[in-house]
Amino acid sequence: MKAEKCKGFKDLTPDDMRAFRFVEDTFRDCCLGWGYDEIRTPTLEYLYLFTSVGTLTPNMLEKVYSFLDWDGWSGERVVLKPDGTIPTARYYINNNISGLARLFYVTNLFMFEETGKKSREKWQCGAELVGVNGALADIELLSLSIDVIRQLGLSDIKIKLSHAGLIKALLDGLELSTEEKMSIFSRILEGDSAALDILKMEKPETAEILNLLLGLKGKSSGFLKNIKALSEKNLANISEPLDNFICIVEKLEKLGIDYRIDLASGKGFEYYTGLIFHLLIGQNVIGGGGRYDALIPQMGGQTTPAAGFAFYMDQLMKLIEPESLAELDSNKILVSIARDKMEEGFSLAEILRDFGYIVVLQLEDEKKTDCGWRLEIVNESPRFILTDSGNGEISKTDDVCDILKLLGCVEDVA
Amino acid sequence: MSLNIALPKGRLLNSTASLLERAGWELDGYNDKLRYYRLKSAKFPDIKIKVLQEKDIPIQIAVGNYDLGICGLDWTEELLVKYPSSSVLKIADLGYGDGALYAAALPGDLTDPEKLASRKSITRIAGEYPNLAETLAGKLRLKRFSIFPLWGGAEVYPPEDAEIVLLPRKSERDILDAGMVPILKVVDFKAYLIANSDSLKTKNMAGVLSSLTDLIDSNREIPKTFHFIKEKDVPSAKAFIEVDDDIVRLALPDGHQQSHVCRIFDKVGIKVNDYPSQTGNRRPESNLDGYFIKVIRPQDMPLQIANGNFDIAITGRDWLIDHKYQFPNSPIKELLDLKYGWVKIVAVIDEKVPVEDIKSWWQYCNDKQIVCRVATEYTNIADRYVRDNRIDRYRIIPTWGATEGFIPEDADLLIENTETGGTIARHNLRIIDKLFESTACLIGSTRKISNDRKSKRMQFLIDALTKAMEMP
Repeated sequence: MKAEKCKGFKDLTPDDMRAFRFVEDTFRDCCLGWGYDEIRTPTLEYLYLFTSVGTLTPNMLEKVYSFLDWDGWSGERVVLKPDGTIPTARYYINNNISGLARLFYVTNLFMFEETGKKSREKWQCGAELVGVNGALADIELLSLSIDVIRQLGLSDIKIKLSHAGLIKALLDGLELSTEEKMSIFSRILEGDSAALDILKMEKPETAEILNLLLGLKGKSSGFLKNIKALSEKNLANISEPLDNFICIVEKLEKLGIDYRIDLASGKGFEYYTGLIFHLLIGQNVIGGGGRYDALIPQMGGQTTPAAGFAFYMDQLMKLIEPESLAELDSNKILVSIARDKMEEGFSLAEILRDFGYIVVLQLEDEKKTDCGWRLEIVNESPRFILTDSGNGEISKTDDVCDILKLLGCVEDVA
Repeated sequence: MSLNIALPKGRLLNSTASLLERAGWELDGYNDKLRYYRLKSAKFPDIKIKVLQEKDIPIQIAVGNYDLGICGLDWTEELLVKYPSSSVLKIADLGYGDGALYAAALPGDLTDPEKLASRKSITRIAGEYPNLAETLAGKLRLKRFSIFPLWGGAEVYPPEDAEIVLLPRKSERDILDAGMVPILKVVDFKAYLIANSDSLKTKNMAGVLSSLTDLIDSNREIPKTFHFIKEKDVPSAKAFIEVDDDIVRLALPDGHQQSHVCRIFDKVGIKVNDYPSQTGNRRPESNLDGYFIKVIRPQDMPLQIANGNFDIAITGRDWLIDHKYQFPNSPIKELLDLKYGWVKIVAVIDEKVPVEDIKSWWQYCNDKQIVCRVATEYTNIADRYVRDNRIDRYRIIPTWGATEGFIPEDADLLIENTETGGTIARHNLRIIDKLFESTACLIGSTRKISNDRKSKRMQFLIDALTKAMEMP
């Protein structure tokens, strides 16, 4: 039988893993630098965490990997984690954390994709700021995400902003059932911008303002202030989320962060209640996030505001320049050991590793071309032959200290 | 290139036979008195036609055993809702097949979707369609829920053992007449022509397809799924017995086991009224003091004991073992062997295959590069059995009902129960291994019963039945 990989899943090769670790390490360093603590939630969670209103939409739920665990006789199903934020909220509630928590995670998520051509397992780097609301918290998360992108050496970041509270306020003004409103909200959040058209049809008296709000891509707080001035009479209920939105973008302006306001800017989650942002490089959406003040109380926790974002690892890995990952060949030594010199060879390899070198033992006729150095340990004197793969220069010695000096580990070993 | 077509037994048989007669298929023996699984059509003499349980047909199409099939939309959706990329395509609504699958609850708050969505305690959904039940839980936005897959008898579960049930009924009126309220219509029971997608891409089935589509009204309304029922009559609430902590909840089997249970009960003077019931009553009363009885399917009992809905039940050891293989730590145990209903669970292959035992069978599969298809009602037993034999690639094909007709076209190996082996031999099959023997047994929970009175009442029944076993 041919050994096959599961459809829709992929292996990460050593090259992929170098890019993966580079992104992960950069993300971790940034988060730690901003005072966030790392957590890791389980791969399996109870399915019910994701089904209630304000969690995942029914359309998303149709794609989760749910099943009965070995002790599933109670009839409760488990699911391969389809989202990173909800388990973090569950962690916050479960561990009786109260007040402010800055948490981050690197995790794999599972969502079925029909063709099997796209990956059904996706990795995300996410950060959640729990227990605090207000514009400054949203700005902290946005700034952290921008910091990560810059540290990854990526430029030309585009930020698109939307506001779930504003969309919900617009929908609240319509004569629709809760179920229908939720369905339109879900469609908007799933990126179906045509779903916004119903707003225009249902409220013709506000069509002009809605056209401005939905059609134009605002570039300043002035845009939102203009909308507020025009909507005060016919759409008074949107003033509160608009004020919140204005407050956030004013702060971004003060920090010199460029953005576009685009209400139908793309996918999101039903649990979002306030600011939604998407991060793009070129046409690639590399991450996104938003405020979800109702999620934790909805899941049985105390009233706790929260917001967060996540980077999509597969998108970021594609953008990482190979130079950022190039390992220093000069740091890698291929060591070949004569049959009787095993003990001496292993001991020298250990010393070199202590000095920070990658030491690869040559097995049989293994040929490695990416090593900056080649060290042979032979039976006769001089016992050590060091070759610089870059210029072909060969040095021979019986003294380990000479090897260290030649490698530049030490200037002079007494 | 030969075509394989699966036709339904059961409720759709007569209407399907009538459609195919109008389409000029001239089938031999596809009627109420069906005697053979394999049929011939005078119009399409080269086509292989087989009659299967309706529930089996979408799975058989999905695994590629059949190119076309006719079955209810309910079973097709039950497969597609969980496995949307499976190779089953809905081709045409054939215009018959009455009724629908409804999600229903007893009158009260549980019938209001908004109240259900805000419910904090576990909402239990019971029914024969676990995949549709899971989608239903998502559509209802339930905060916390359990799904009890059933082999039948869903209507008896509320209110004690489930809040919502999936009920197949002709109309909403039938649900209301049974004292329940339909919350939503999950799916219409329309008969559908379904096809394997690869077959559609590669085989010429035009003759067969046009013989059917010529008869179909193309302006038919597309059946709705998960359609909320807004205007509801509400029947008056029925009075249900409150089951106190000291009451023993006993599950008795329906079907052919009933006469055996009555015989054993008679020996020790236990009388259960209206059991077996001519009217379908599933809540019989008895002279057992402090007992609350429901009649359910024996296959469903282990799960219902494990989840705490019942304290004690009479089922077959085969179903107990199947349950334990799925849930090894399940808190249930056998309390007493009731010694009737003896069967052996066996591995069965085609008589023509030249092997005598299971070891040679796996070698044969390996040599011939066969990915063994195992058809069975006992999916967990079969899965465990094959894994214990260290087989690296196989497929378990769940079936509902007799599997003898599956070999050789639709399966390579069966895990079946048999009393004498006669049916197996008549179908030109051979038993190559015996897995275990099974009889009926009394089962209960391993959890400690905290109520003394209840514990004593349970022990009374165990003692009485033990005594009955000792009597001639």
